[in-house]
Amino acid sequence: MAYSEKVIDHYEHPRNVGSFAKDEDGVATGMVGAPACGDVMKLQIKVGAGGVIEDAKFKTYGCGSAIASSSLVTEWVKGKTLDEAAGIRNTQIAEELALPPVKIHCSILAEDAIKAAIADYRKKYGEGEDAAKKAAD
Amino acid sequence: MTDRDKPIYLDYSATTPVDPRVAEKMIPWLTEHFGNPASRSHAYGWEAEEAVENARAEVARLVNCDAKEIVWTSGATESNNLAIKGAAHFYAAKGKHVVTVKTEHKAVLDTVRELERVGFEATYLDPEPSGLVDPARFEAALRPDTVLASVMLVNNEIGVIQPVAQFGETCRRKGVLFHVDAAQATGKVPIDLASLKVDLMSFSAHKTYGPKGIGALYVRRKPRVRLEAQMHGGGHEKGMRSGTLATHQIVGMGEAFRLARLEMATENERIRMLRDRLLAGVQGMEEVYVNGDLDHRVPHNLNVSFNFVEGESLIMGMKELAVSSGSACTSASLEPSYVLRALGRNDELAHSSIRFTIGRWTTEADIDFAVRLIHERIGKLREMSPLWEMYKEGIDLNTVQWAAH
Ligand SMILES: Cc1ncc(COP(=O)(O)O)c(C=O)c1O
Ligand code: FES
Repeated sequence: MAYSEKVIDHYEHPRNVGSFAKDEDGVATGMVGAPACGDVMKLQIKVGAGGVIEDAKFKTYGCGSAIASSSLVTEWVKGKTLDEAAGIRNTQIAEELALPPVKIHCSILAEDAIKAAIADYRKKYGEGEDAAKKAAD
Repeated sequence: MTDRDKPIYLDYSATTPVDPRVAEKMIPWLTEHFGNPASRSHAYGWEAEEAVENARAEVARLVNCDAKEIVWTSGATESNNLAIKGAAHFYAAKGKHVVTVKTEHKAVLDTVRELERVGFEATYLDPEPSGLVDPARFEAALRPDTVLASVMLVNNEIGVIQPVAQFGETCRRKGVLFHVDAAQATGKVPIDLASLKVDLMSFSAHKTYGPKGIGALYVRRKPRVRLEAQMHGGGHEKGMRSGTLATHQIVGMGEAFRLARLEMATENERIRMLRDRLLAGVQGMEEVYVNGDLDHRVPHNLNVSFNFVEGESLIMGMKELAVSSGSACTSASLEPSYVLRALGRNDELAHSSIRFTIGRWTTEADIDFAVRLIHERIGKLREMSPLWEMYKEGIDLNTVQWAAH
């Protein structure tokens, strides 16, 4: 499998690897995939005042494209509101990383991880601005 | 082969380089001595025929059979096809059932599938968790209408050596033809066809320092085994396999097998020492599992699973090493190795496996470099792995509800 330079760069220098402390305020987690499928992605977002994602971290078990996709989205979601982050499409990820067709599902997984993290946030803290304020308190 | 700009080659079971001594022997048969071995009317043909027969004798000598029992083919894939389809069809009047094992090479499994497509019935035996097939299970699978059983001698993924001598006895007693795929065995384990009750055996040159595209099938003469040809034409190889013989390839296979016979004992000792060094190097790590029996195994193969790290990213992380991964997560088929699955390995372990295969030009320095690299890169990937994190937190991954996709 020949990888694009961008995939290799993210793989060799992954951005934002790690986890937030469990009880940290404003943190939500999305975990998608399954070991049986050969890929599990954990994406965490830390949402601050105004419902803006201040920070993000990931851990991924999967191929190089899966690692690169999740590394990339941690960069992309930062500074975005939840709604903006929810608008990130797997096709944008695949295009940015020049993923071949067999690796498209790795980018779909990254999109799913963002959605799962946002859903977890809304479940934990409720919807919208108020929730964000509550989280920031 | 010591070129450090290239990855260190630890994939000798995929293919081997042609030994320079072999390549040297082959060249004159391409240029000067180019005759067709089937040309009976002039010296060009005669000398080519003589070279082909010398090579045939060398192949026969390595496995202790009569040269007349060796049929040239294009490789072990073709040998397996000819043996399995050829025998099943020839003896179809006797019955239409064949027996094989789930861990066989695709060249056997797909051939058996093809027989099923044309009306045969097949039994695919499960190996034990060690990778070995239980002789009692094997015997129980043979039925009155079984025409053929096929079991490989050395497994290409995990290197285990099946007890084919015992299976041969069982088959002979029950009147079942026995085929053995020995593509991964030549030069690694002694093969004595005079004592083995094997009727058909497949060989390949390129796994034993010979060229690609040439192989052979052993077809027993006493008691005589007959085959339906799969390739029709000029009636070469006693009608079993038509096509002009590739003299240079055949000379190469003969020389490669001659060297294997002479050097096997000392070479295997050296390779065992290297394998043990590699094994010791990885065994110090947490959550490392050797796949397949360690005792009934060729020393050339070490297949290990590094739990909680996915195989493809592992291969990418070890780009300084040329190795194979048991994982085939390429989306078209999110399938871990069918061989490891057949051993009952769970998905995580099957996805996390790496096959290291050691050969003639592997050095101690190569192994030491590999061990250092493995430690460093596995550590890095585990830091990135959510599964490793959960494991470290004491979470049982089997109890997690995964959002499968
Ligand atoms: C066990 C086994 N059988 C058959 C084959 C196919 O051999 P060839 O490449 O000569 O067709 C291989 C090689 O991949 C093998 O390992
Ligand atoms: S995670 Fe399966 S191929 Fe990328």
